[in-house]
Amino acid sequence: MIDAKKIIEIVDAAAKKIDAEKDFLTQLDNEIGDGDHGINLSRGFKSVEEKLATFADKDIGAILKGVGTALVSTVGGASGPLYGTAFMKAGNVCKGKFTLTDEEIATAFNAAVEGVKMRGKSAEGEKTMLDSLCPAYRAFQGGVDGGKNLVQALEDAVNAAAQGVEYTKTIIATKGRAAYLQERSLGHQDPGATSSLYILQAALDVLKKG
Amino acid sequence: MVGIVIVSHSQKLAEGVMELAQMTAANVPIAAAGGLENGALGTSYDKIKNAVESIYTADGVIVLADIGSAVMTAEMVLEDMERDNVKLIDCPLIEGAVVAAIESIGGRTLNEIIEKLETV
Repeated sequence: MIDAKKIIEIVDAAAKKIDAEKDFLTQLDNEIGDGDHGINLSRGFKSVEEKLATFADKDIGAILKGVGTALVSTVGGASGPLYGTAFMKAGNVCKGKFTLTDEEIATAFNAAVEGVKMRGKSAEGEKTMLDSLCPAYRAFQGGVDGGKNLVQALEDAVNAAAQGVEYTKTIIATKGRAAYLQERSLGHQDPGATSSLYILQAALDVLKKG
Repeated sequence: MVGIVIVSHSQKLAEGVMELAQMTAANVPIAAAGGLENGALGTSYDKIKNAVESIYTADGVIVLADIGSAVMTAEMVLEDMERDNVKLIDCPLIEGAVVAAIESIGGRTLNEIIEKLETV
């Protein structure tokens, strides 16, 4: 179970995490992309943070939609429409809700991941954020179905995402700017998969604090 | 006349493609949405939206984009606009812009131009 206030705390923590890691994300993107992932995403989350106060009395659907809209408007790179769509699609299934059960969180998570697939016309195994998000969602859903509590299920999701990031080092990119590098993308971890891991880690950190 | 919007990561590229299209179709309604607000490389949701609105008529608008986030951001602008006569077309950017401009000046409809662009 999670309430709207917690969602805002998680978004805030994700924004701070992305800002703290922006140089590393940009460095990863310099290796196999266009070198703007960290800068772009931190600019986007900064604009999200500026809007957080206006979300205070909103339902979870409206909060997530607001986060998505801010990211789309301000990121400027591919992660804008991708994360923007993820938050908007998650928001769509949380309309009017001020609390979410663990099952409802899983439903929103799934909607977010499906949104990324749709927007990027992409699937797992192409060296993108989906390589951490898809295994993370499966681990989370499995944890919830198996009767684990929210923190345990999210811990499983974070571990799966971290493994997913490692997996991106072993595959050739077939989507995104890194795809132009073909086999030269081998050995590098994907910046998008890494930022997805950071967002999930931020959520776990908040929930662990209780 | 059908309007044309050129979306690119680069302001210079978007304006250059527009210039080239105007060379053979001087009076075509065309707008460029290139780069971020501050001129840096990237794609701006607001720039694309404003560009479409600046030339929109009932005849419709064709949106052409370069790569990656330009395509995805344009898709999101169009989804939010919910207008059936504003279409993002997947074709080579420069050739597509030139062909669309000539066809638009020639009085072709939105669907006729889209059909033509599919062969570019």
